[in-house]
Amino acid sequence: MAEEIRLMKGNEAIGEAAVRAGCRAYFGYPITPQNELTAYMARQMLAKGRTFIQAESEVAAVNMVYGASSTGVRAMTSSSSPGISLKQEGISYLCGADLPAVIVNVARSGPGLGGISPSQGDYFQSTRGGGHGDYYTIVLAPKGVQEAADLTYEAFSISEQWRVPVLILADGLIGQMMEGVVLPEPIDPATLPRKEWAVGHSAEMHRPYIHVTSLNLVPDALEAANRLRFERYGKIKKELVRYEEIDVDDADIVFVAYGTAARVCHGALEMARAAGMKVGLFRPITLWPFPSARLAGLAERGKRFLCIELSMGQMVEDVRLAVNGKMPVDFYGRCGGNVPSQEEVFAEVKRLMGR
Amino acid sequence: MELAYGHPKSLKPIQTKYCPGCGHGVIHRIIAEVIDEMDLQAKAIITNPVGCSIWADLYFDFDSVQPAHGRTPAASTGIKRMLPDHLVICYQGDGDLAAIGTAEIIHAANRGEKFTTIFVNNAIYGMTGGQMAPTTLVGQYATTAPEGRDPIGAGMGYPIKVCELLATLEGTRYLARGAVNNAVNIRKTKNYIRRAFEAQMRGEGFTMVEILSQCPTNWQMNPAESVEWLEKNMITFYPLGEIKNTLSASASAQAR
Repeated sequence: MAEEIRLMKGNEAIGEAAVRAGCRAYFGYPITPQNELTAYMARQMLAKGRTFIQAESEVAAVNMVYGASSTGVRAMTSSSSPGISLKQEGISYLCGADLPAVIVNVARSGPGLGGISPSQGDYFQSTRGGGHGDYYTIVLAPKGVQEAADLTYEAFSISEQWRVPVLILADGLIGQMMEGVVLPEPIDPATLPRKEWAVGHSAEMHRPYIHVTSLNLVPDALEAANRLRFERYGKIKKELVRYEEIDVDDADIVFVAYGTAARVCHGALEMARAAGMKVGLFRPITLWPFPSARLAGLAERGKRFLCIELSMGQMVEDVRLAVNGKMPVDFYGRCGGNVPSQEEVFAEVKRLMGR
Repeated sequence: MELAYGHPKSLKPIQTKYCPGCGHGVIHRIIAEVIDEMDLQAKAIITNPVGCSIWADLYFDFDSVQPAHGRTPAASTGIKRMLPDHLVICYQGDGDLAAIGTAEIIHAANRGEKFTTIFVNNAIYGMTGGQMAPTTLVGQYATTAPEGRDPIGAGMGYPIKVCELLATLEGTRYLARGAVNNAVNIRKTKNYIRRAFEAQMRGEGFTMVEILSQCPTNWQMNPAESVEWLEKNMITFYPLGEIKNTLSASASAQAR
C-alpha cells in the first residue's frame, strides 16, 4: 500500500503524532499560536477514551503531566512561550524526579506577553534547563510539519529511554503552516510495558513501595543524585546529537540555523549557489545536546559561520563556544515576530564575502 | 489471644520527625488504619505536599509522589486519571492548599476529581517557621503578622473557610471537617476519612476531609495549651461536621 500523505497544519500533525506514539494523557491550556494542538488533542484523546484535560493554568497542566508520568504512562503538554515559562517549575521537578514527559513549545515572540508571531527567543530557556537547579532537558527542533510529527513521535521513547523530559521547540510558523505529512504507525498504549520506577500496581509488580520525589535534604546524597544524572547527560551528548548538513563540504561560509530560520537559509543558500558562491547550511536538530563537536570539526577545516536566528542572538553563543575562536562566527537575526526573507539573508552573505 | 489493636501495617513503625503535640502523627495513623481496614495498602498512593508533611513518604508504607508546593491536586489528578482503581490521597496543608495552590484545589474540586484531599489546617505555616496562613485567625500572632492578623488595618484579609468555599462547587460530593484535639474528634475524623475513601473507591466525585490540627511549636505553646487553644479559637470559627454530603443514598446509609 502506498504511503498516505496528508495535508496537515503543524500543530495538528504534532497532535496526531503524539496520539500515534501512544500518549495516554494530554493536559493543556489555551494560548496562541498552539491552540489547534490542544483542540486536536481534545477531539482525538476523548474519542479514544484517553485522558484530555483543559487545565486551569499551564502550571496545573505540567503538574498533571508530573502525576500521570509518575504512573509510567506517556504524558504530554504543550504551550507557547509565556505558557512555557509558567511550566518551568514543573519541568524542574520532572527532571529532579527523573520522570519522562513531552513538552511542546510552539514559540512566539517576547519578552513578556510580546507577540503571537514566530520567534526563536526561547533558545536560552530551552537549552539551559529553564527552571531552577542543575539540569537539562533534551531539545528537538523541527524545520517543518513532517519533522515536527516525526520528532514528536520519537520524543516519547527518547524521553522514556533517558528519563529526561523532551522539549519540542517549534515556532508559530511551523505550528500554523500546512504541509504534506506521512504519519508514523500507531502504538496502542495498552501494549507499552509497565515501568519499574512508576507508582501503582505495586502488588502485581512485586516490588517495594516507590517514592517519586525530587526532595533530597542531604547535601552529599543530592550531589550524588545530580552527578548520576549528569553521567546520563554525558551519554546523551555522545548518542543523541543530530543535525542536517546541506552543501557543507566545499562551502566557504556555512549558515548555522535551526527550524524556521534554517528554511530561510536554505532558500538563501540556493540563491548564493546560483550566483556561484560556496555557501552551505548546518542545521542542528538537537539543540540540547548541541552538535558542538561537528561544528568544531568544520571550523578546523576552515569554514566560517553565519548564524541566522529569529532572535537577537542566542544559539550563536553555542556556535561560538564550539568554534572556540578558530574561525569567525557572524550573526544576523530578526526578532519581534519578524522572519527574515531569503533575499535579506543572501544580502548578508554577500556583505560578508565583500560582494 | 486475639490482637485487638496494633500498629497499622500501612504506617512504618518508626518515630516521626514531627514536634511533640503536632497533629500530623495522629492524622497519619488514622489514615493508615482506614487503609488497612479497607485492605488498600497495595493500591494506595499519597501525594505529599511541601510543608512539614513533606515527610509523609518516610512514614506511610505505600507508594508516594511528591509534587511542587500547591500543585498536589494537579498531580493527584494526573495519577487518579491514570489509575482509577487506586486510592489516591492528596495530603495538603493550609499554605499548600489555600494560598499557593488555591487554583489547583478549586479546579480539581470543580472537575469532580475522584481522589480524596486530606487538608490539615493548623492556621500557620509550620515548616518555614510560623508565618501567617490563609486560615490564620483574626488577631492570631504569626512572624509575618507580628501584631496579630489584622484584616483591614494591615490589609491581611480574613481566614478562609475552605470546606464552605468548595461546597458551592457541583463537583464536590463530600466535605467534612474534623479535629484531632481529643479522642472523640479523632474517632469522628477517622469516620469522615473512611466515608471519603469509600466514596472515592466507588468513584463518586471530589471528597475532602479538613482536619483542625495543633502546631504547638509555631503557636508558641506547650502541647496541652495548644489543644485548649484549638478548642477555644479554631473549633468555634471552623465548625466541625459534614459540611456537604451528597454521596449516593446507599453510601450514606452505610456510613450511618
